[in-house]
Amino acid sequence: MYAIATILILVAIAVGLVRAFRGPTLFDRVMAGNMIGTLTVLLVAVLGFMNGRPEFLDIALVYVLISFISTIAVLRVYVSRHDHADTD
Amino acid sequence: MLDILLDILSWILLLGGALFLLTGAIGVLRFPDFYSRLHAVSVCDTLGAGMVLLGLMLQGGLTLVTVKLMLIFYFMVFSGPTAVHALAEAAQVSGLDPVEDDREDG
Repeated sequence: MYAIATILILVAIAVGLVRAFRGPTLFDRVMAGNMIGTLTVLLVAVLGFMNGRPEFLDIALVYVLISFISTIAVLRVYVSRHDHADTD
Repeated sequence: MLDILLDILSWILLLGGALFLLTGAIGVLRFPDFYSRLHAVSVCDTLGAGMVLLGLMLQGGLTLVTVKLMLIFYFMVFSGPTAVHALAEAAQVSGLDPVEDDREDG
């Protein structure tokens, strides 16, 4: 049961990676990064249940916040560097 | 009897959530415009993650594990939309305008 869920999550991460590489603008890449972050959280949680190790959930909990902070940080760096309106 | 029911329910929730994650990811891949892709990402984050975490909660039973899963879901519900909002606002500020209507026969 967990193996099937793990495989599906890995396929979703692969699809997210394709969007990250192909994304025309920077925001597509940051969005794909954010999506892969939450998918990794779920992957860690499911793997924690599969191997019967409840401490994996602490890692998943920390990683939810880190992936959120990293998305906001990348956006702030980009906006502060390109404060005039240009589409790259 | 009850734990068989719980197992089946959590199995359905887990795989349903994983399928929603997949549909969200495919949506992110195939949507034409950045702003429409944001919808797919938030569907993927909130609904897919919610079902997977709910399925795991049923497996965890009434222990500290379920509390941690609820905390993960709690932070995900708050941080997901905020990150997507920041993304859309940064894209809007830097002049990325949405594609109005690119259908050929439109």
